[in-house]
Amino acid sequence: VPAPRTIALLGPQGATPDVGAVVRELGIKGPIALVSAGYQERESDDAELVAALGVPAVNLTLHARGKHVFKHAPEFTAAYQARQQRLRHMQGFYRTRLDGTEDAARKISLRYVEPELLEQEEKVSVDQFRHMDNDHVERCQAVRAAFDRAWSPDNIEPLAKHRREVRELMATTDALVISGGHVASLLNRLQLFDVLGNVGAKPIIAWSAGAMVLTDRVVLFHDYPPYGSDIAQVLDAGFGLVPGFVVLPDARRRINLDAQAGIQRFARRMAPATCVAMDHGARLIFEDGAVRSARATRLTTTGEAERDWAGEPTRFSTPYLHGIHV
Amino acid sequence: MTPQIAALVNGPKTREAVDAFMAANTFPIVSGSSCTFVWRGDAEAVHLKHWVFGLPSSQQLQRVEGTDVWHLTLQLPEGSRVEYKLEIVRNGHGEWIQDPLNQYRARDPFGANSVAHSTGYAVPSWVHPDPTAAKGHVDEIWIDSNTFGRRGFGLYIPARFRRSRTYPVLVVHDGHDYMRYASLTTILDNLIDRLEIADAIVVLTSSPDRLKEYADDERHAKFLTEELVPYVQRLLPISDAPQNRCLMGASFGAVASLSTAYRYPGVYGRLLLQSGSFAFTDIGDRNPRGPRFDPIVAMINRYRAEPTVVSEKVFVSVGMYESLIYENRSLVPVLMSTGMDVRYVEARDGHNWENWRDRLRDGLSWLLPGPFLHVYE
Repeated sequence: VPAPRTIALLGPQGATPDVGAVVRELGIKGPIALVSAGYQERESDDAELVAALGVPAVNLTLHARGKHVFKHAPEFTAAYQARQQRLRHMQGFYRTRLDGTEDAARKISLRYVEPELLEQEEKVSVDQFRHMDNDHVERCQAVRAAFDRAWSPDNIEPLAKHRREVRELMATTDALVISGGHVASLLNRLQLFDVLGNVGAKPIIAWSAGAMVLTDRVVLFHDYPPYGSDIAQVLDAGFGLVPGFVVLPDARRRINLDAQAGIQRFARRMAPATCVAMDHGARLIFEDGAVRSARATRLTTTGEAERDWAGEPTRFSTPYLHGIHV
Repeated sequence: MTPQIAALVNGPKTREAVDAFMAANTFPIVSGSSCTFVWRGDAEAVHLKHWVFGLPSSQQLQRVEGTDVWHLTLQLPEGSRVEYKLEIVRNGHGEWIQDPLNQYRARDPFGANSVAHSTGYAVPSWVHPDPTAAKGHVDEIWIDSNTFGRRGFGLYIPARFRRSRTYPVLVVHDGHDYMRYASLTTILDNLIDRLEIADAIVVLTSSPDRLKEYADDERHAKFLTEELVPYVQRLLPISDAPQNRCLMGASFGAVASLSTAYRYPGVYGRLLLQSGSFAFTDIGDRNPRGPRFDPIVAMINRYRAEPTVVSEKVFVSVGMYESLIYENRSLVPVLMSTGMDVRYVEARDGHNWENWRDRLRDGLSWLLPGPFLHVYE
């Protein structure tokens, strides 16, 4: 997919959305193609959202279209659900492996040996996480690719009809806006209806889950899950329009930004990608693939939460990881 | 002696002074790790009656000389929650009462107890009704069982239920008691609304003879697995994947959950076992807990001798202040040895419904997680 010229990633919108200001700054007059499929059943409750945009918008109703497809294409639906079930199982197994590596890393870190060796072992642990992350993404992509080979959308009605309609609707718009919500649902609906294949060079504005799916790797995270603790996990590949970034929305509520060791390991694990925590008001503006401006918190490989990060390039000071060029 | 009691002991013993002491404090008086129980009135003796395993279950309150104030201080570790009553002895007869100076009560099938909260304990916010949370509802349904005859059960249907979706199913032993005494439906509403647990169909079972049917009775396992769950599956769109089937229970209900999964391995992928009555013996088959436990001892001994995979994920919780802590602590490594994913939580609490209530978020969100990890709005 050719990268659009301008992409704006925003933090959660909450009660005081700032998306309208970005629409104005980018000079978008509308109409805008709106994707709110991440809200699932609440997809069509978009009146406040459209008002916040400040320009006319047409909701692509991807969630509703998906339901329609699943209702009227039973064989395709059965295969699609089987694929999703397989991906869910794979996610669980990958997650179990992460736990095992986390346990091993913790045990090793407590051994009474020279600190230099422990530091080296920590790098080995990070490498193992990186390997598992990469392997998981590759396997997910393989499952999706096999499915796509078996089920050409052109041969499935009403999917082909909906894809045509989405393409035609998008042709009448000046920009694409993707809201937050359920990130897996959003990823799947955007793929199913090939929305990003139709965007061309039009600007894209996306926030929270919408921002996550535009990167090349969607990472699920929560330092305070209801069951106590958890480890970040890669969900799948994103659309890769903003490569080299890991977007972490709603960071204040979900990340312990004071946990230096945790931030360090996470940033090293995701390197060379730049890890960006985005709360309400945060933004990342890309122009022709490069950061034009930023207002966000960058998580660094030295374990810091750099709260006033303005988009300076990320540099790695030590050659501690296999395959990472410094 | 707490400073407040010391001031009373060392001060004037007038009625006005005692009235001022009573008005100035909330009871029990909790300060740091000390918890001072107080009762005011005329009696021959006053005893604190509690169910904290490891402490004498009856402890005498001392009278502040020259007054009608009685007091007893216990050291309670941070985060403790203790249920108790006061025994007032008059004319040689003891009467057990709830503490009139303490507003906190916990209800159970036998009535209600007073509750002392030590420093660091707070009733979780998610057990209270949240007016903004969408509410599910409970229907009462009957099944004509070949095993047990006509039986009623409750069916919790989550808010925003849709027939086009498939739901996990949670089978709760003593389900009606969980509703009455552990705020189960409120908790389900809240945790589902917060996306912390999955939208689930919850089957609330109750037994007229639980001490027999829950004690590794093959009829119970058969009733659940071959009759009740399939019956619910005919009524509602519930998943048949083991990952989406969870058994839950407390005390004998936990035994029934484990026993059913043991008898039907591969059917129930999730178990939530609270304060299980998992009695066992290391030698011989006699146990001190009485004949009701004999079938349980036989089952747990058999399982300990040859542990097998009975589920995928098992959440075990128990109170540190209950006698069953030993049995539960002993079971956990046995479960883990099979390779099952086991999570174990201990709380500074006893064998009671509010302990089980307070652990539901931990257990249910781990066993049947909602989409909170996937939602970024």
